Amino acid sequence: MTDIILSAQGLVRRFTARKPLFGTPSVVQAVSDVTLDVRRGETLAIVGESGCGKSTLARLLTRLLAPSEGAVVYDGRDIASLSDTEMRTLRRDMQFIFQDPFSSLNPRMTVGALIEEPLRIHRMGSAPERRAKVADLLRKVGLRPEHADRFPHEFSGGQRQRIGIARALATGPRIVVGDEPVSALDVSIQAQVVNILEDLKEELGLTLVIIAHDLAVIRHISDRVAVMYLGEIVELGDAAALFEKPAHPYTETLLSAIPIPATGARKARSLVDGDPPNPISPPPGCRFHTRCPYAQARCRSERPGLRTLAPDRQVACHFAEDLSLAGVDATMAARPAAAERRFAVYSNARANMTGAETNKTKLPTEE
Amino acid sequence: MSVTATSEIEADPLPPRQRSRAWAKFRRNPSALLGGVIVVFFLVVALLAPLLPVPGPAETDWSAVRKPPNAAHPFGTDEIGRDVLSRMIWGAQASLLAGVVSVLIAVLLGVPLGMVAGYMRGWTDAVISRFTEALLAAPFLILAIALAAFLGPSLTNAMIAIGLSAMPIFVRLSRAQTLSVMTEDYVESARAIGIGHVGLIWRYILPNIFPPIIVQATLTIATAIIAEASLSFLGLGQQPPAPSWGAMLNTAKNFLEQAPWMALYPGIAIFLVVLGFNLLGDGLRDALDPRDT
Repeated sequence: MTDIILSAQGLVRRFTARKPLFGTPSVVQAVSDVTLDVRRGETLAIVGESGCGKSTLARLLTRLLAPSEGAVVYDGRDIASLSDTEMRTLRRDMQFIFQDPFSSLNPRMTVGALIEEPLRIHRMGSAPERRAKVADLLRKVGLRPEHADRFPHEFSGGQRQRIGIARALATGPRIVVGDEPVSALDVSIQAQVVNILEDLKEELGLTLVIIAHDLAVIRHISDRVAVMYLGEIVELGDAAALFEKPAHPYTETLLSAIPIPATGARKARSLVDGDPPNPISPPPGCRFHTRCPYAQARCRSERPGLRTLAPDRQVACHFAEDLSLAGVDATMAARPAAAERRFAVYSNARANMTGAETNKTKLPTEE
Repeated sequence: MSVTATSEIEADPLPPRQRSRAWAKFRRNPSALLGGVIVVFFLVVALLAPLLPVPGPAETDWSAVRKPPNAAHPFGTDEIGRDVLSRMIWGAQASLLAGVVSVLIAVLLGVPLGMVAGYMRGWTDAVISRFTEALLAAPFLILAIALAAFLGPSLTNAMIAIGLSAMPIFVRLSRAQTLSVMTEDYVESARAIGIGHVGLIWRYILPNIFPPIIVQATLTIATAIIAEASLSFLGLGQQPPAPSWGAMLNTAKNFLEQAPWMALYPGIAIFLVVLGFNLLGDGLRDALDPRDT
């Protein structure tokens, strides 16, 4: 029996989009009936295109938003029903990394104060102990302890995101939810931040939930992937298996959008056209039928529920067994040579960093 | 920025941090310094008034009525032979006090109200906002006059009246600023680490809404000094024979042709103090913002 750390049960979140003076207000269901288990120690990626409700789901899981219906169970307790004070105490165990490193750090606090703040709020350690912990955290994310006295605006996007990570890790959380933690960063910085997350997860024994719209980014760090479309989970499964053989047409579409950096690798990619339907009035039946190339009459009337297709694989499609969908060829989507070099340089640097005080080895630098 | 984390490790060590960035930045700003000097000069003059070698502000010299500036009276004398310099020095007390205290009243009442409205939203906001709008519906000076008349004529009551009249601006400003700061990601990030209401307001919202409030406050000091002058003219502010710049100016307007010095010097004083507070306010705003250097 796998160990479940966090579990969403029938989560629904509605937002009022427009409230006219008379008449009925229009309501968007950003997340509709999501049930999902997060296993202890895993990295779960939640992917989907813009507006599919993945950021809302991330906020529901950490109760930055309250659900309209359903429950979020952490450690056997429904966190949606906790009082404000109880929830604040729980935040020690449950942290959040924000998407935009430029707006998620208070511009009027120094980096040291920002990272120390969670420790202070949860009354962890004396002032000198906290100071030492801040220095340690800065080192862990590849910054220097002297940076503690500077303000966020003095740092680049990648550095700020690492400050955000240090802040999220300060209290020693057990689960960290990242809302597109790298999508606001330059592609060359993304690898760096993803690697820091991966290393720290290993080192601190974290459970990670990563929201992303870019499958290429999460591919090599996630253990399982949940694919969302219009507020629903349409497919959930082991990352490698899901990439290799998707069971839902929407997953196939997402996978076909991953750029393959090889000559002649471009496939006929126009599987799906247009935008997702208006979430204020989602289509009847399967929500994807308006764009699905395999849609049949049944899809237009009957809504498919999430069902178990194989162990560790759930899908919401009537014809999952009948369809033979194209995945990503493992060799084709491997890291290109240049990226591989960068990752190697990075790992070397990380390895040397720990011993940097004793041996003054010149670290390899990027040209 | 390089791809790897190596750049940070190899970078030069930092110079030691300055003890106060704000002060260092303020010192480098000449106009802010000028403003500070003007304000400090008038404050010192006002405080030292009893020690300065000038005649008493209410002492009359019937042999020197409406005399132009001369050796005995460097700024001349007024219509009943009082020394204009002396009255200006003593009047600085009333004018500065009226300006600063009334704005303090307005800020201390208005900013918390505005922040509560912006933070709580809903009914609290509706009640505070409607109350503020009702106050704003009456022109500033009319409201101050009405309040001062209701409270009774004295400098203290004039300050309270001006403070209450100036309060709605601060309620609206801080409410609007709070609403905009509340949508910032860093406020959500504060909630994500489990911060309480007090910490959120004190460490996140207040510092980020403060700069426009400082600027508004310095501008309002200027308005308040003029408002005190107007109330004094109507007999609702500083009571004669005690001097204030506004009261002097208002008397002087009757003698503009015969004794222009009576209006000139109080006018210059008001102008300088208002300018000084404005420069100081701008300088403070820049110095307190960690973002630009």
